[in-house]
Amino acid sequence: MKSLLATLALTTALTLPGLAMARPVTLTTTLNNYGGDGAYLALYVTDTSGAYVGSLWMAGGKSKYYEHLSDWYRATGGDTAQVNGITGASVGAGRTLEITLDLADALFDAGYTLHIDAAVEDMRDSPNEVAVPLTTDGAGTPVTGRRYIASFAYDM
Amino acid sequence: MIRALHRWPGLLALALVTILSLSGAALSVFPAAERIAAPQAEAGLTVAALADRIQAIYPGVEQIRRAPSGRITAYWFDQGAPGAAVIDPATGEGVASADPNQAERWLTNLHRSLFLGDGGRIAMAAGAAAMLVLSLSGAALVVRRAGGWRHWFARLRGPLAGRLHVEIARIAVVGLVLSSTTALWMTASTFDLLPDGGAIAAAPTEVSGETGFALDRMPTLQQTPVAELRELSFPYPGDATDVFTLKTDRGTGYLDQGDGALLAWADLTGWERVSETIYMLHTGQGAATLGLVLGLMALGVPAMGATGVLVWLAGRRGRPRIRGNQPAGRAETILLVGSEGGSTWGFAATLQAALTEAGQSVHVGPMSAFTPERYTSAQRIILLAATYGDGAASASAKGFLDRLNASDRAPNIPLAVLGFGDRSFPAYCAFARDVAAAAQAKGWPELLALDTIDRQSPQDFARWGRALGDVLGIALELSHQPVLPTSETLTLVSRRDYGAEVQAPTAILRFALPRVSLWQRLLGGGFARFQAGDLIGILPEGGSVPRLYSLASGRRDGFIEIVVKRHPGGLCSGQLTALEPGETVSAFLRPNPGFRPGRSRAPLILIGAGTGVGPLAGIVRGNARRRPVHLFFGMRHPDSDFFYGEELATWQDEGRLSRLVTSVSRGARPHYVQDALRCEATQVAELIRNGARVMVCGGRDMAAGVADALAEILAPTGLTPAVLKAEGRYVEDVY
Repeated sequence: MKSLLATLALTTALTLPGLAMARPVTLTTTLNNYGGDGAYLALYVTDTSGAYVGSLWMAGGKSKYYEHLSDWYRATGGDTAQVNGITGASVGAGRTLEITLDLADALFDAGYTLHIDAAVEDMRDSPNEVAVPLTTDGAGTPVTGRRYIASFAYDM
Repeated sequence: MIRALHRWPGLLALALVTILSLSGAALSVFPAAERIAAPQAEAGLTVAALADRIQAIYPGVEQIRRAPSGRITAYWFDQGAPGAAVIDPATGEGVASADPNQAERWLTNLHRSLFLGDGGRIAMAAGAAAMLVLSLSGAALVVRRAGGWRHWFARLRGPLAGRLHVEIARIAVVGLVLSSTTALWMTASTFDLLPDGGAIAAAPTEVSGETGFALDRMPTLQQTPVAELRELSFPYPGDATDVFTLKTDRGTGYLDQGDGALLAWADLTGWERVSETIYMLHTGQGAATLGLVLGLMALGVPAMGATGVLVWLAGRRGRPRIRGNQPAGRAETILLVGSEGGSTWGFAATLQAALTEAGQSVHVGPMSAFTPERYTSAQRIILLAATYGDGAASASAKGFLDRLNASDRAPNIPLAVLGFGDRSFPAYCAFARDVAAAAQAKGWPELLALDTIDRQSPQDFARWGRALGDVLGIALELSHQPVLPTSETLTLVSRRDYGAEVQAPTAILRFALPRVSLWQRLLGGGFARFQAGDLIGILPEGGSVPRLYSLASGRRDGFIEIVVKRHPGGLCSGQLTALEPGETVSAFLRPNPGFRPGRSRAPLILIGAGTGVGPLAGIVRGNARRRPVHLFFGMRHPDSDFFYGEELATWQDEGRLSRLVTSVSRGARPHYVQDALRCEATQVAELIRNGARVMVCGGRDMAAGVADALAEILAPTGLTPAVLKAEGRYVEDVY
């Protein structure tokens, strides 16, 4: 159900050719022990020009805090419709967030970048915590975030 | 109704509000500590200068934040490693760790959600709502008890637990109302129920494309004092399209990194401002002193919880348990009780048990809960109405008459009124008579004519029960044993005899204080608290009804003293006047709040005759504050019944008694205490005009004579005894 909704959200957000061709992709985000409350994470995609394309996941349920995910917030104008149905709980320090989505083949090897913005109450906002190009070769290669994310990887 | 609104949320939410208040009180310390610890910016420092200082030391700075406490935090990256520190604005250097305080974080999570996420937040919001309901209903109770807002800080009476409860509440209630309403607002805001989200400036589309404009030359930053700063976010290094984001107390804007121009600006919305003010009021962040005050007030909550439970327990003990009480909507017989001390509830319980036994369904409740529209199955309404003082409604009947008089017409359910009172009072069953008259005026159908019960007489009650049974067509035998207050055993320590010569044998009896348990002290039970003028009830051997005597001593005197005159054929007075030191009686205390000197420093005029001088002498003895006291003492003959004659002289020397005027009724020229008053008319009128309080104690005829004399004396001043009574400046204890 989750992946279906995600696909729907993407189909409404992205008008991509050949969307019928999709495959399940697992996004694994592990946080380090930063010593604060649960982190809000926004996972979204930009195109070659850096323009916002669509959101993949929002970890954190209270929209009043979304402004601290500052890049995502500026790109979407804080529009919660962008994450309708693809919102979950915030992620505690040291915990792992694993989500599986059906992502269009066309998103890969086409210059798209996956970004994660992170924010923690009473700690620094970390927009662009992670920025990884979506490529078939890059799948399964963990990257480290700037402040809160110990490792992030997408697997197909 | 208000009491129920206070009691049940209080008992149910006790644990929750205790956690809320304790954690809240602990949290209130942090903003103040932060305010003291944080290095403050010098006056007039601009954001431009501050940002420039910080960037000089941390070239990788990404964000600068200023907390309401004035604490400035900078976040930076240095060769890929994140760094953060509390900044000294004077130098731009880091001076302390910026990591969140773990204790504060733990307490915050406990305070707002019990570590249970959204469910916990809702539970805590319910706790805050309970606190608000408790504060408001409690304030209404205090106002009702004190007799209006003007008397909010009036002196309290009664058992320790109740006094402590109100004492704390009337100070803390302001803070609790503030904390709980702001808490509810914040919860609503957290759950997006309020339109207080931030307005964002539209992201700029056109930028200069340049980078590296010096921070300290940017006009907007030069115009913004550090005191207004909330947050300054820097553009990504190397991204010429990115901008500076500035948040201040006034709004949010974007600045060009190439020329420092203000690209866009959005003011805070009204809702945002309100929400931020509320956040400040609740957390004390930005208002540390207020936070500490609120924290202190919150500390009163656990104390009020404990004393509140004690008050509730004490109230429950005063009433007998009513078994099988039916809901008002289903009962055939509605039995409403107007009781002051609780004894009428005992009669109600007996009646309810007998009716239930006879197969009736009965609802028992206080008269104050009179709601005829709920009595859908009722075939009769029975009122057991005790009279309080001079004909006033008793505590559990408050508001009954108002509600009846305000209604269009009386319920069409036959009514029986049974009054409870003491025939020796002129206002015997006055309240029951008022109720019966009001019912008749409203055309309320009658089930039984008004009847009365004198001094809790079981015989009267049984007789009325048979009459009720006849009307209902059932055999109703009411055998009521009045529930007497728990008695204590008092041991006589000394006696002084008077009056044998004037055929009025009288004794001043002094008893030892019984031991008082901690429990009694907390609940004010037993002889834990009493003062001269209160009453003790003594149950004579072989008698069923206790006799009441005025106390001539207070708790502080360390003994219990009464003045008893032997009445010919008097059961109780006979036994008491025959009592020898070492012998005992069983007695209970009955407070007499209507007959007290009060705390004011206004002069007192005490008027008494015969044994009525006892409580007045007790008041003089307790007058350690040297309040001006004028005692008018009526006696038969100075050689026979001048009670406390020697002490009165001593008390006068000590300043406890300003003036003693005696009058002697036996002799060639009988002179009564009212005659003595008339002789001193000028001075008495002068004293009363200056606010003096009059207390009269003694026989009924004497009291009437005194009232007449005072009316004459006061006539030139325009005052009357009735006006003084209404002001509470003229009180009587008459027997």
